[in-house]
Parts: sequence; C-alpha cells; structure tokens
Amino acid sequence: MPKRTDIKKILIIGSGPIIIGQACEFDYSGAQAVKALREEGYQVVLINSNPATIMTDPELANATYIEPLSVEFLEKVIVKEKPDAVLPTMGGQTGLNLAVEAYEQGVFTKYGVEMIGAKYAAIKKAENREEFKQAMLKIGLDLPKSNFAYSIEDAERIAKEIGFPVIVRPSFTLGGSGSGICYNFEELRTTVRMGLDYSMVHEVLIEESVLGWKEFELEVMRDIKDNFVVICSIENLDPMGVHTGDSITVAPAQTLTDKEYQRMRDAARKVMSEIGIETGGSNVQFAVDPKTGRMVIIEMNPRVSRSSALASKATGFPIAKFAAKLAVGLTLDEIPNDITKYTPASFEPTIDYCVVKIPRFAFEKFEGVDNRLTTQMKSVGEVMAIGRTFKEAFQKGLRSLETKRFGFGGDGKDRVFDLALKTRDEYLAFLKNAPNDKVLKEKIFAYARIPREDRIFYLKYAYLAGYTTQEIYQQTGIDPWFLVQLKQILDLEGRLLNACGNPKEQERLMRQAKEYGFSDLQLAFYWGMRERDIRKKRKKMGIKPVYKLVDTCAAEFKAYTPYFYSTYEQEDEANPSKKKKVMILGGGPNRIGQGIEFDYCCVHAVLALKKMGYETIMVNSNPETVSTDYDTSDKLFFEPLTLEDVLNIYENEKPIGVILQLGGQTPLNLAKSLEKNGVKILGTSVKAIDRAEDRDKFKRLLQKIGLRQPANGIATSLEEACEIAKQIGYPIVIRPSYVLGGRAMEIVYDQTSLKKYMKVAVEASDDHPVLIDKFLEDATEMDVDLIADGMTQVVGSVMEHIEEAGIHSGDSASVIPPFSIPRQTIEEIIQKTKAIAKELHVMGLMNVQYAIQKGIVYCLEVNPRASRTVPFVSKTIGVPLAKLAAQTMVGKSLKDLKFTEEIVPRHVAVKESVFPFVKFPGVDIILSPEMKSTGEVMGIDKDFGKAFYKSQEAAMSRIPRKGTVFISVKDNDKPKIAEIARDFHRLGFKIVSTKGTTQVLKDYRVPVQEILKIAEGSPNIADWIRTKKMDLIINTPSGKGPMLDESKIRSLAVSFNIPCITTLNAARAAVCGLQAIRNEELEVKSIHDYHGLKAARV
Amino acid sequence: MKKAILALEDGLWFEGVGFGAEGETFGEVVFNTGLTGYQEILTDPSYKGQMVAMTYPHIGNYGINVADVESSRPWVEGFIIKELSPVVSNYRSELTLNDYLKKFNIIGIQGIDTRKLVKHLRTVGARKGVISTVELDHKKLIKKAKNSPSIEGVDLVKEVTRKEPYLFEESMLTDFDWGQSKKKRFNIVAVDSGVKWNILRKLNQHGFKVQVVPAHATADEIRAYKPDGVFLSNGPGDPAAVKYLVETVRKLIGKLPIFGICLGHQMIGQALGGKTSKLKFGHHGNNQPVMDLRTRKIEITSQNHNFVVDIASLPKDEVEMTHINLNDKTLEGFQHKKYPLFCVQYHPENSPGPHDSDYLFTRFYELIEKNS
Repeated sequence: MPKRTDIKKILIIGSGPIIIGQACEFDYSGAQAVKALREEGYQVVLINSNPATIMTDPELANATYIEPLSVEFLEKVIVKEKPDAVLPTMGGQTGLNLAVEAYEQGVFTKYGVEMIGAKYAAIKKAENREEFKQAMLKIGLDLPKSNFAYSIEDAERIAKEIGFPVIVRPSFTLGGSGSGICYNFEELRTTVRMGLDYSMVHEVLIEESVLGWKEFELEVMRDIKDNFVVICSIENLDPMGVHTGDSITVAPAQTLTDKEYQRMRDAARKVMSEIGIETGGSNVQFAVDPKTGRMVIIEMNPRVSRSSALASKATGFPIAKFAAKLAVGLTLDEIPNDITKYTPASFEPTIDYCVVKIPRFAFEKFEGVDNRLTTQMKSVGEVMAIGRTFKEAFQKGLRSLETKRFGFGGDGKDRVFDLALKTRDEYLAFLKNAPNDKVLKEKIFAYARIPREDRIFYLKYAYLAGYTTQEIYQQTGIDPWFLVQLKQILDLEGRLLNACGNPKEQERLMRQAKEYGFSDLQLAFYWGMRERDIRKKRKKMGIKPVYKLVDTCAAEFKAYTPYFYSTYEQEDEANPSKKKKVMILGGGPNRIGQGIEFDYCCVHAVLALKKMGYETIMVNSNPETVSTDYDTSDKLFFEPLTLEDVLNIYENEKPIGVILQLGGQTPLNLAKSLEKNGVKILGTSVKAIDRAEDRDKFKRLLQKIGLRQPANGIATSLEEACEIAKQIGYPIVIRPSYVLGGRAMEIVYDQTSLKKYMKVAVEASDDHPVLIDKFLEDATEMDVDLIADGMTQVVGSVMEHIEEAGIHSGDSASVIPPFSIPRQTIEEIIQKTKAIAKELHVMGLMNVQYAIQKGIVYCLEVNPRASRTVPFVSKTIGVPLAKLAAQTMVGKSLKDLKFTEEIVPRHVAVKESVFPFVKFPGVDIILSPEMKSTGEVMGIDKDFGKAFYKSQEAAMSRIPRKGTVFISVKDNDKPKIAEIARDFHRLGFKIVSTKGTTQVLKDYRVPVQEILKIAEGSPNIADWIRTKKMDLIINTPSGKGPMLDESKIRSLAVSFNIPCITTLNAARAAVCGLQAIRNEELEVKSIHDYHGLKAARV
Repeated sequence: MKKAILALEDGLWFEGVGFGAEGETFGEVVFNTGLTGYQEILTDPSYKGQMVAMTYPHIGNYGINVADVESSRPWVEGFIIKELSPVVSNYRSELTLNDYLKKFNIIGIQGIDTRKLVKHLRTVGARKGVISTVELDHKKLIKKAKNSPSIEGVDLVKEVTRKEPYLFEESMLTDFDWGQSKKKRFNIVAVDSGVKWNILRKLNQHGFKVQVVPAHATADEIRAYKPDGVFLSNGPGDPAAVKYLVETVRKLIGKLPIFGICLGHQMIGQALGGKTSKLKFGHHGNNQPVMDLRTRKIEITSQNHNFVVDIASLPKDEVEMTHINLNDKTLEGFQHKKYPLFCVQYHPENSPGPHDSDYLFTRFYELIEKNS
C-alpha cells in the first residue's frame, strides 16, 4: 500500500531523560524514526526534554522542541506546529504515557491530531492489565493466574486464593517500577502500598508466581495488511523472577524445538491482531514451564523498546526505522532490506552467530540498596556481544562491561566473598580447597540461589567447589543448556591452568581458548605471563581474530552493510579499504557517570569526519546507542573496548589514528596502553592527558598557570591520610585516584569518618592511592567546556551550578549563562581555561571545573576530553562542539571552522539531573560528591526563572504552583531559610515545618504550622507525606551520618512522588521559577528558532 | 573426538570433528538457514542425496523427540554444523542428536566455519562433497568428491517412497495444534514421493481421509481408490528425472482436483508442459517471503528445494501464477485456469517453519467441495 498522503506533518514524542528502564535506545529509535519519516517526505516535529540526544540535533527534525514532556507543553507544541499526526511509539513508556494522557484530556481530538503507530484503544488494551488479560483469554492464550487489587485488602484476599509467592505488578508504570515478589503478607502489604501509588491508574495485579520458569521474548512487526514477521527471539539465561532488563539474555532462543517456537510465534501473532497493533513493532514476553512445556504470556509492549533496539543490533534489522514507515501506511514488502538491498523487509532475519546481552549495574553508588534482582529493573546499562558461539559471546560480553573483568573469571579479579583470587597461586589454592571446605562450599551454593549482579560468577565458584550441573540447576533454575556452556568454559580453563609452563600444550590449546572467548589477559593469568607476551605468542602462531558480518540472512545473500564482530574462524570479511580512515572508540555500557552524552559526541565525530571524506570506523559494545546503528559510521565493529579487542581491529584496519577523547573515561583509560602498542592517538596527546590526570603533574600545571587548588595531598595508608587531613583541616573531600563519576568520593568531616572511609576506599581504588582535598564550603561550582585546535582556544560555555561545590557536577543543575558570578570572575575563568588548554596543547575538547569561594577561583579538575555537558552546551549555543572537535583532531583549525569567538546566548538554559531513587526504595536521596544521576534534561527560555521551572518539570520533579510546602533544614541553613520561606508564603503557599525550623520561621515572622516529627507521635510528617497533604518538601541534610528522621522523610517523598529539594540554592531557584511564571504563561520555542537553524535536506 | 574432513569437488575443504557415525559419505552440499528445526530437516526425505550445513552454530540443544520426526528415519547424507550441544535441554527430548545420528549411521562433522562454507556455496552454487572420518587426506577427498555421482538427472524419489500403499491416520500433536479439524471427510490419495509426515497430518486434520500410494502408482491405480482428490507430495532430487510421475499427473489433470507441494508442484508444472531448472543454491530455510498474488498478503514460508518451475515455460493461457518469492521473484505457486488444480513450491505444512500458509489445506478442501 502506498504511504499516506493525507498527513503531511508528524509529531514524534521522545522519551526524555535517561532513567533506569529507559536509556539511549529511544534516541536510537527516535532518530531512526525522524530520518525515516523525512525520507518519505513528511515534515517532522519533535518534542524531547533530553538535550544529550542525536534526535534533538537541529539537522534531524524540521522543528525540535527541547521542552518538558507534559501534556501542557505537548499541547503548546501542537498549537504552534499544527501536526496532522502524532507517533507515540518511539519514546518508550514516557512517550506512550504522555500520548495516552493527552488523548484522555482530549488534546488530540481538539486539534485534530491522529495517533499513528498505535491507536489509543490498542495501547489501553496492551497496557491495562485487566483488559489485556481478557483479550488474551479471548484468543485462547494461557496466562498466570491473577487478579487486580485496588486496595491492600483486595491484595490480601487475592494472594490467599493464589498462594504465595505472588508477584505484584502495578499497571501503567515504567520499567516495572514498584513491582516485586512477595513471599508473605507483610511483604505484600509494603509492595502493594507502593505499587498502587506508582500506578497511573492506582491498580496493581497480584499474580501467580512463575518464578524459575524459562523466559522468552519475541520481537515482532505487523503492517496494515496484517503481514507479520518475527525479527528476533530472545531467551533469558536468568529464569522468570528477574526483570528482563536485568537478565542476561541470549538471541536467538536456544532451547525451543521448532514446534515450541512456532507455537510461540502463533501466539505473538494472535496477540498483535487482538490488541490491534496495525503498524509497527512490539515485543511479547512468554514464560515456559521447563517441566511441562506449559506456555503463558506475560506481557506485550505496543511500541519499540529496549528489547527491540537489542533485536535490531542483534540481527541488523532496523525495527524502529521500519516501524515508522509502517506507521504511515507502507507495508513490509514495500520496504527494501537495507542490508541486502535486493530483498524486501518482509522476511524473518536469521543469524549465524550467538548474541549475549549482559546488564550493567551501579549498586556501589547507593549505600544500603537491596542488590537482589527482582521484577523491578535496577540495571543502568547493558552491553551486547556477538560471537559464533554462546561461550565466545558470553566472555566477550563480560569483558565489555567495564567492570574490570576480562571474561568468565580467571582474570585476577575473582572474589569469593572476602577471598580475593588475584594471583594464579591464590586461584589454584581456591580450586584445591573449595571442594573440601564444606562451609565455604555451602555458602557459595546458597549465595548462587539469589539473583544478583555477581551471581553469574558464583555459578562458576559453585562448579569449582564441586557442585554438578543438576544441583546448580535445581538451585537456580538456570537452564542446563546455559550451565553446561559455562561448564565447558571452566573445563577448558582447567586445561589452560595445567598448561602453565608447558609451551607446547599452550600452543595446542591457544586456538580453542580464543574460540571460547578467552582474552589474552586471562591466558596471561593462567600461564603466569604478561598480556603482551600472550599477544606476541598468539600472533606468532598466526592466531588472529577474523571479522564476520551481521547481515540478517546468515550469508544467504550478499550484504552491503559493514557491521562486524570478531571471532576466531577461518574467513575474514572485514576487507579493509585503502581509504584514509579514522577509528572512534565509543563509551561502552551506560552507567552512572558515563552515559548517552558520550555516545552523542562519538556520533558527531563520525558525522563530521564522514563529511570530510574519511572512512569512519566505530567501535562500541552498547546496543542501545546511535553509534552502534550500522547506518551511522562507514564501518561498525560491535566489540568490547579493551586493549586486546581494539588493537586487533586497529591492526586489521590500519586507520590514520584513533579518537578516544569523545567516548568518556572508558576509551581514555586505554590511551597509554594503546599508544605504547604503536597506536596513533588523534587529538590531545597522551602526555597531556597524563599531565591533567596525574596528581603531581597536575599540581605543577596549575602552579605554572597561576591557578589555585584547594589544599591537598595523597595518601597510601590510613596514617598518611590522617596526617594530611590534620594539616589541611576538615572537612576534606577524599577519593581514589583515576575514577569516574566521583566513584567513592566523599566529604569527610572528622577522623572517625575518615577511618571508616579508608576501609572502603582501598577496595574501590584497587590499591591506588587516595586523594585528599580541602573541602570548600559554601563555594559556587563552575564548569567550562572548551574546544581547541592546538593554536586557538575557544570556550564553548561557562556554566554555573545551582548546587554548591561538593555535589558532583554530574548531579548539579547547571545554568548557561552564569547568573550570580561577576563578569570579571567569569573573564578570569575563561582566560585561565584557555591558558590550561594552551599549555596542554589541547586538540579537541577539554572540560575544567572550578569552585569560587569568597571571590577566589579554585581549580578542581581538568578533564582533557569531551565532558558530559558537551551536548547541553552545543544545544544552548547552537554550535556542534563535538563535530568541530573531531575536525580539529584531523588538522582543521578553528579558524577554518569559523568558530573563534565565545557565544553568550541571549536565552537561558538550565540542565537538571535526573535520579534513579524511585528504583531503590529506602536509599537516601541526598546529593554528594559521588554521582548518582542517570540522566539529564534541559529547560530553555528567555530568563532564568522560566528556564529553571521548565527544567524541573522536565526532570519529573515539577514545582507545584500552589499548595503546601514542608520546610525542614539543617542548623547551618536555618538563618538563610527564612527569606525563602517568606517568598513561598508570598507566592501563596502554606508552610508547615517541624519544631526546629518552625521556631526559626516564627522568629522571622513567617507564618508556619508546626507538625510532629516521626518520633513525636501522629499524625506526623510521615503521615502527611503518605496522605499527600503536602506538595513540596524542602529538606537539607545535616551532613554527617544517616539522620534517621530526615532520610526517611526524603525517601518517603520519593516513594510518594512528592518533589523534594535538598539544597537551599535549589529552593531559591524554585522561588525564582515560581515568580517567573506567576504572571506570564510559559511558551515553547524550537531549537531551530533559538538559533536560526534549519533541518538538513534529505 | 574424531577428526573429520569435509571436502568439496571444487577444492574447498575443512577440518573438523566427527560426530554421529563414522565413515565416509557423499552428497550435494546445501545449507539451511533455519534457527530451529534440525530434527525435521534431518528427517525430510527431500534431502536424500544431500548433505546439509546448518547456518545457526549451536545445534542439538533440544535433542531429538519421536513426535517431531518427518519420516521414519533421517535422510541427509551428512550433517555439517559449527557446534554440537554437549547437553540436551528440553522436556520432550528422548535422545541426543549424536546418538540419533549414530543409530541411523549418519555422519556429522562439527567445528567448521560454516559461514565460510555458506558464502562459498552462495557464490559458486551447490557442490558435491564428501565427509570422511577415515580418509584424512583432503586432496584424495577432493578427488573423491569430484568423482562422486551427481544428483542431477537421477531419480531419488524411488529411494524414499514407501513401497506399499497405506492409510495414514496419525493426527496432530494436540499441544502444538494450530488449525481446526473439519467434521466432513473427503477421501484423497496422496502420492508419496518422499512425503513429510506433517503434510499427511495436516491433510488429516483439515478433513481428509488420506490413502498414501507409492510414487510409481499409476493413474489407474490412483483412480481405483475413487478419491475426491489427489495430493502430490514433496520429494528429493531432480524433478526432470521422475518422468513416470509426470506422466501419471498428466493423466489425472482435469479428472480430479489436485494439490501439489514442492516436487508435486514441479510434477504438475512439467505435466502442463513446463520446464524445471536448478537454482544456484536452492531455497532451504524457514524465512522465505512469499506473496499470495490474489490477496497481496505475505506469508513467511518454509522451503526446501533446489529446482524451480520456470515461469516462462508454462502455458500462459492455461496457468495462472498465484505465488511468488519476494527474494528472487521465482515461481512459488500456480493454479490452472480451467481445471481444479493448484500447487506451491514451498511447504505449507511448515515443519519446521511458520504456520502462515496453513490456509492452503483449507483451499484444497474447498476446491474439492466445489468439485464434488
């Protein structure tokens, strides 16, 4: 069927900030959708609050609105742009929920906007659990027994009928928020209470547990003519009970016969027609009882998803792109398969390799968090690895994770509880002892039962301690097929260990080891050699990886898309060209401190260099990203970002150099070792990187520039640390050297806390020394992004943080242009930043962080690489910094690029961070030097107040326009709170507070109502929160130790979705925001209008 | 672990590890792209004379169960894979793949770069090959492969057809039953050229009482059963070499409603005066897109054929094209403009493969209903 001509302009809803359960994959799908629709001649309007996305680049859509994803702003965009249709299936659950809400409020009907891709009724049927259940029963599909509860009493009654354990699933939430497994009534009550609150419709499902069943997922597509294809089947290694986002998953399904697989396919097809998904992609999840084969349907998502991004990368079939085309009426047979060119998209991809996805967690960031994996997603990112066999892909996946693992253990990082197996001898000792140490053995076995981040390694330890596959299967429910694959790796490991000192045997085993995915580093561990000796030996034997193509068709047809993975086989298909090429290293898995911003920068580098005529080679392991879209670079290598894997590609492709300053710390950490192996690093030199990162050299650098640093020192022992702390005086900021995202960074106020810290830090820093800085209290933090070509240095932007120094820059709100710093100080900062760049001979990007205390400028750190703020700055000033940076790295001057002057925008942009606290119930939400945010949003408007207000709304912590505000601050803040409270009072808010703060406010004559603290009886503050009698909480933490009352207030606020401000500066900004919008309606304006830009031609 | 060599007539060879039986075996090497269904593939009589390379690397994961076989035994001449699963994991499994192949004396080879092999076959076309665990000199094996008989022009149907007529009464597995049973039964004769059991099961389920006859049964013998219709099955090898069956079909056209699948389709094509020709490397897999030209709908089909009926060779005034392969635009199905007759090149019984084409059995039922 030809595409529709009755619609001309289509609105796409993005997914907003990166949060747990919703990451870069929606930038990937959104960007694909924008491109696909423009290709078909449609005008595309985009709304997304996340500036760190490729989709919001002005080249892509015809009009891009970086505005909050709420009905209010969506309506404003619709009024302004008058689209004919809205495509709500590209923006994850956020986009879908927003569309549902807008539809229900009559917005689409009012302005005559048609929902395409998925109709309202279909979304409702898929997302509303009761409707879904009825629909499934109607078409004869089996489901777990279940019933809906609207109250705790309901839930108790239903659970009694079904029998424990039961699973609680709130309707209409994100990434399974608020769901959980309950084994008894007490757990049930807690989970249901929270679940009801998370649910948009105040409804939870109480469901028969299918814990331990096998879990499968089908990624499917359907077009307007009822053509239906399965793109990919996925089988989870972790059985039912672990959120699929937190499971290790494998494509294709491994343990289904064709009969069982086709039954599943039939079911998925029926689901699609019954739900009424007429055009687009969906995923359908199933559970299968391993003993009887009973198959039940778990859920379906009527939109593109994380799994569909994974399926696209796993097969080479671009689901989102095609889904967008189907949404405008094209049919699958009318779309050519990009990869084969001559065959249509109306087929089912088949693959001749195995794909493993492994989630990446960040539990170490959240003290006291429950690290057991459940039906609520907790991972912050993922990697995908491709190998010819599961074993190879699995070990590649583990070394892609950036957790310093280099395979399935045997890498010097094995740790069995407190027992570290750092050396071969320690490892051998464990192998010898474990089977005989009954206590240890049983402890391992017991630990392996509960799914956790490190459970996979305990499966190994259980094997090594002598347990059998059958026993481990009984204990974990993990399918024996997977277990035996792991066992095969271990069996070979045993032989490898025995080959130590036996070069002949080593040579005999080398090829098989590489085929099994063992890294050189593991072999070095087994054979007591150095990694580079293994490499040498291996190359001498002629054992090198070959690169094979991901082609959707298992080689049946010639493929034209250069998307590769490495394996140890006979035939290499990489076919390196003679062109001038540049290799760009991506950022690996998303985690806190390293996210989509770096992928954005890498993609920009690719685009810019491609335009200059270079062949671009992208290397990355994160399946969610735009950089791993085979459409992005000239050649894509889906590979781990380790020295070995990168060198292999480098030696095969022979590029003119490698760009690693755009992918964040991951590639930067490889700088030295790559250079040592003869790799040409483009941009800022490795030596310069070292001068910025090495503590002593950095000190000398700053002295040379004439910049102050907070007093500091380095300690390698507790005694030294205490001594330094005494010298420079508490409070101090302490952290391990070479870390990302403020990992293990803390402000320490006294010696007791210091001692406590040192215990943990040594572990976090791998025996690296700890760095101690004087903590600058009440200082303002500034961030500067700069670009340089070696000769000319230009500041992209100076940003002022709203939160004071001491809170990780990645967690602060930051503002362009600065709002409270005198021009003269800003000038000084600009000059000094340039001086640093000149001194380091920076080529490309650099980020410097400053603190200003009482008018004095201190330099905190220099990052000679792209920073997290590059996309934010680029969108604010309308200059694509990363693109320019890439060009400087291959010799263009900033003069050539016509960027020689700082741009001070006439509008104000605020970047606000977004936190995952809602996924970690009970964890205190205070901000600290340790980064905790997963994503960011941008608010942009003509003045600070409005921009800030928008940023809060976009960050999903909307400042209420009226109502009750609860204020309780630490003693230090008490004198300063009165003014803020008075402003809230003037804005019409009712103020309530507990004893201490009430007294202060009364002293300053601010009207306030006192309410009880938790310990003082009831109704107390907790009851007020639970009954939602307050609309905003301002609570500043008192610093040391967990203050029970206040941290409980804060985590309750998160649970009950009440915005909670934890710094005075943020409270002041909130007042500004409220004042700004009091008399003036907020408006929307496209990025194109802000900068006078136009979308690129297609 | 026994060393094994796979060698092709054109000089390409691989060293691997043998599994299943030991010895030496010859056949035309083809590849199958199905991710699932090795058991059905092994037991599909159409693979007689061929050695199958599976493109998916992990094979044997779910073992072998008696219920999913497509005939009384595996027919492939050899089985080529990347990696044999060391364990079987499926609640229905009764046997490992290794034991199964041993039992039926089929030689397998694993540990080879199957992707390289497939790319080669894709480029040069299907090739004669040999797998050996006894002769390990690849040069000698290449020569042996060269000298081995070709399957072109050879009637392989006679090797796989059941020698005696019988009534097929097995029904579908209820767990995986995806169609509905009809009450009224028509009597049909199914000509077994190497029929897959799922075709018979499907016919049974769709309202037919199925009398199976050998491929060499004459038209008179078939008509002696007084059937309401005739079904022509799939089968191995070169369709041009099965002249006797073409003859039989010619005599039945216009007399009885006919439905043909795969080789059956090729028999009908020839009976109507069409020619068959050999595809470069055939269609073997579960993901081939076929368009039904009347509804313009696409079905994902299961296919296993090396030969096709040339569209241009069919008499235009008699024959209407009904199905076409969207990948290479080859003929996938046609019907007669006057007589009750239709056929498809692919496998609507889908075993292995998607169930999209099940409607063809209903179409056969309706065709007979209309003509009776």
